[in-house]
Amino acid sequence: MRVTQGTFSFLPDFTDQQIHEQVQYCIDNGWAVSIEYTDDPHPRNTYWEMWGHPMFDNPDAAAVVYELNECRKVYGSYYIRIIAFDSSPGWESIRLSFIVNRPAEEPGFKLSRTEVKGRNIQYSITPYSSDKPQGSRYK
Amino acid sequence: MPDGDKKLDAKARYSAGVLEYKKMGYWEPDYSPKDTDVIALFRITPQDGVDPIEAAAAVAGESSTATWTVVWTDRLTACEKYRAKAYRVDPTPNNPNEYFAYIAYELDLFEPGSIANLTASIIGNVFGFKPLKALRLEDMRLPVAYVKTFQGPATGIVVERERLNCYGRPLLGATVKPKLGLSGRNYGRVVYEALKGGLDFTKDDENINSQPFMHWRDRFLYCMEAVNRASAATGEVKGTYLNVTAGTMEEMYKRAEFAKELGSVIIMIDLVIGYTAIQSMAKWARDNDMILHLHRAGHGTYTRQKTHGVSFRVIAKWMRLAGVDHIHAGTVVGKLEGDPATTKGYYDICREEQNSVSLETGVFFDQDWASLNKVMPVASGGIHAGQMHQLIHYLGEDVVLQFGGGTIGHPQGIAAGATANRVALEAMVYARNAGRDYLAEGPTILAEAAKTCTPLREALDIWKDVTFDYASTDAPDFVPTTSVS
Repeated sequence: MRVTQGTFSFLPDFTDQQIHEQVQYCIDNGWAVSIEYTDDPHPRNTYWEMWGHPMFDNPDAAAVVYELNECRKVYGSYYIRIIAFDSSPGWESIRLSFIVNRPAEEPGFKLSRTEVKGRNIQYSITPYSSDKPQGSRYK
Repeated sequence: MPDGDKKLDAKARYSAGVLEYKKMGYWEPDYSPKDTDVIALFRITPQDGVDPIEAAAAVAGESSTATWTVVWTDRLTACEKYRAKAYRVDPTPNNPNEYFAYIAYELDLFEPGSIANLTASIIGNVFGFKPLKALRLEDMRLPVAYVKTFQGPATGIVVERERLNCYGRPLLGATVKPKLGLSGRNYGRVVYEALKGGLDFTKDDENINSQPFMHWRDRFLYCMEAVNRASAATGEVKGTYLNVTAGTMEEMYKRAEFAKELGSVIIMIDLVIGYTAIQSMAKWARDNDMILHLHRAGHGTYTRQKTHGVSFRVIAKWMRLAGVDHIHAGTVVGKLEGDPATTKGYYDICREEQNSVSLETGVFFDQDWASLNKVMPVASGGIHAGQMHQLIHYLGEDVVLQFGGGTIGHPQGIAAGATANRVALEAMVYARNAGRDYLAEGPTILAEAAKTCTPLREALDIWKDVTFDYASTDAPDFVPTTSVS
């Protein structure tokens, strides 16, 4: 399966040139761009690990692409995403978030059902990969 | 001012009998509205022979303190304060029989935090008043002091996106069709296919409540099976608007509680449940971390005709105060009424921190929303993937695009229809961000994306000629003209 979180997961994977274009769009809007990685793609895993701080005051998308490739050298088998933060009043949150690196194989998620009273079912979603300890999930 | 329009001294004013409203103090052309006044703009069509200023004064009177005759008990009150004051009457640009009347209301006339109380005055008795042929509430200015007495949207656009982990693009939805008749099991199939294929949301229609072919618990249970299956299949947070509309508040709370117990991220109500019920559900939604979707069922009965009723821009303002998170606000290009400029006005009211006067989009007042959450507008009705460039151009990024027929009617099936919409959307946002002239190049961008997406290719082929091009019944009165310099 393909984890389709993020703004562009239904498009073919981006080249570095395409990533550069999207990042420059964010920078030109005044947003701070950051790089995050994880080996736990659960849909509600909010806090991916940060590859350094958001790059405040960075005018050049090339610096982000450089850092992304540094991150890939270490976490090339992980999910890596680019996130753009907008600190404007009334927003103060993420404006764009897209996956730029993913494991070669994505085993997907296990759906567990616990039957409770009244035909109700309690659902739980677990990435198959998270059966293994953090750091050894995707090789 | 002609002598006949002037206010009278106290003795003449309170002599028993019938007096023109403008002489009773409801017409004050020198009045300068206070920052704390509620202001309403009415389009008035007086009966033949009725003076427009008297008509405006009558509207002010009947929507505030007046009755048809002089009453001495006025003098036991600070009546000058409580009288609404018509302070400006302008001819409309295009129709000599219609006038814009500006009326200011003292803030103390209204109970804090109650749309029911506000509307009982502003659209109460006055709409049946005989000296008027027709009356339409066009816009309102709500003072910050009053805005702050309302909860506002339970979740708001920003937190909704954070909960859904979805940024940078419009959300995608679809209403399950056929809207009536599916069993719970069959209904859930549509939900599963559409969400797995790439939509963020599916939606109950306005009239799906609890009927012989599908009772509500059955629908909720099958829908949540579908939502969770789709979430596991994609790694995304998914939702389905479970319509909790019912005959009583007790029943609505019961259904909402069950939706929460099942782990739904969103519930839905219809506008026809009434303002107080909407405010109650918004409060419940805030207390229970639930996104609240409002379907504007019924609004067309009073919003559509230009001379009589209530403009949808006013309904949108009331709903932002009342506290819904989603509201259907028009598509521009789809099958339902919606002039582009007027629709932009509605979207601005839902999404901006502050609205500025913009006559060309029908917005007559500056409005400060005082940090009230923003409402996510929903575009639904006769839209398809081939219009993606126009939809993004007209409606922007913070909107739910709902393709019902445009998903479920896809020749390769529901999931393929959903995928076509998602690919078209992502391709268009990508092109926009990359600096392309996506409105002009829209069809080319879609064709390029379709090269690697067969479902999109088929969607573009089948719906390429579908447009709904009819004259609007509710276009703005003011059109900007290019100045020559």
